[in-house]
Amino acid sequence: MIDIVIDVTLLAFLAITAVATLHLTNLFAIVMLFGVFSLLSAGLFVVMDAPDVAFTEAAVGAGISTVLMLATLALVKRPQKPYYAEAPRAHRPWLPLVVVVITGSALVYGTWDIPGFGAPEAPAQTHVARYYIDNALQETGVPNIVTAVLASYRGFDTLGEVVVVYTAGVAVLLLIVGGAQKRRPGPGMRGDQMRPNLILHVIAKFVIPLIILFALYVQFHGDFGPGGGFQAGVIFSAALILYALVFGLDVAEKIIPSRWLHKLAALGVVIYAGVGVVPLLLGGNYLDYTLLGSTQVAGQHLGILLVELGVGITVASVMLILFFAFAGRARK
Amino acid sequence: MIIDILSWICLLAGGALGIVGGIGIHRFPDFYSRLHAAGITDTLCAMLILLGLGLQAGWSLAAFKLALIFMFLFFTSPTASHALANAAQHSGLQPRLDSDEPEVGS
Repeated sequence: MIDIVIDVTLLAFLAITAVATLHLTNLFAIVMLFGVFSLLSAGLFVVMDAPDVAFTEAAVGAGISTVLMLATLALVKRPQKPYYAEAPRAHRPWLPLVVVVITGSALVYGTWDIPGFGAPEAPAQTHVARYYIDNALQETGVPNIVTAVLASYRGFDTLGEVVVVYTAGVAVLLLIVGGAQKRRPGPGMRGDQMRPNLILHVIAKFVIPLIILFALYVQFHGDFGPGGGFQAGVIFSAALILYALVFGLDVAEKIIPSRWLHKLAALGVVIYAGVGVVPLLLGGNYLDYTLLGSTQVAGQHLGILLVELGVGITVASVMLILFFAFAGRARK
Repeated sequence: MIIDILSWICLLAGGALGIVGGIGIHRFPDFYSRLHAAGITDTLCAMLILLGLGLQAGWSLAAFKLALIFMFLFFTSPTASHALANAAQHSGLQPRLDSDEPEVGS
């Protein structure tokens, strides 16, 4: 009963946020509403018993992407005014409205055939999900089935995702940081513009170690509870981004120079792919962790741990590369 | 029983403060006074709710986690309010005073 109340409330807030996003013209407010939207979605995922997804949504959607979008806004310097003084009236609103209404009603009609949430006879529960639930603990020794599926059963998919994250980082570097050598260290986001603020410094120094500790916990406890490489990487990079925001970009870049980040991003992918190659050399299949240890459970556990480490390193470095690329460009 | 009553008092007071804060954000005239309303929601409201939940949880792992969240909010929420006010003042936003605008309708 209370679940339905929470569901309806969260969904209503989601709809209100979406409509408000459409009607606002202030880009800062829209970015903030995006964050609110992600946080509400994360709440919905928690209600649906999907803490791993909720974790990712809260860390990526409400955390990092808000910061990245704010950095982009600082870059384009058009926070207030809409692009058009008045929306152009070149099109008739009726045809799109009819199309949208028809499509929407078709989709709503389609939902009548969707099985209920968590219904045991739903197709999603009757294929491989049953196998994972029955055998994941015996075969991998990892209590969190999500981690077992993500890193072991579906290891190829996750390797692809890590490569996608890495490729995104490389693409941003190619597009934005192109002439990095010519960049002179200018004033911009350094200490002289952002005044040194005692309260912020003290609290940041107090909070950042805790965030990093939490990131490590999420990284290495991902086998047993919600979490894993993706979430931990984002949380870890959030700690360093907080440091960069409070203490200035130049100081943060001294701690982790960009050239390290570039190598670390690649290193994570290499760790993941390398863990896959080892069983190949031992006479098994690619990413078959069973051969890594003396028993199946030990091998699987070691493989999942190493693979998650690779994911975490790549995600954290790519997030920092993105942040430094956007924020570093704004200080020219 | 007493713990139940105490926790309900905390929860209801926290919820009431949340509503008051929301009304305040909506109704107050300028940024700084709105920040004051938002600060109430951030600190006292959240902490009363956490306290109420902690009393419900008793001595358990959940209570410990709530205490950790309490600690985190205790340090970060006022800092966030401070950072917001500081940034607003730094960028030249002046608080709206009574003498600025004698005619405030309704």
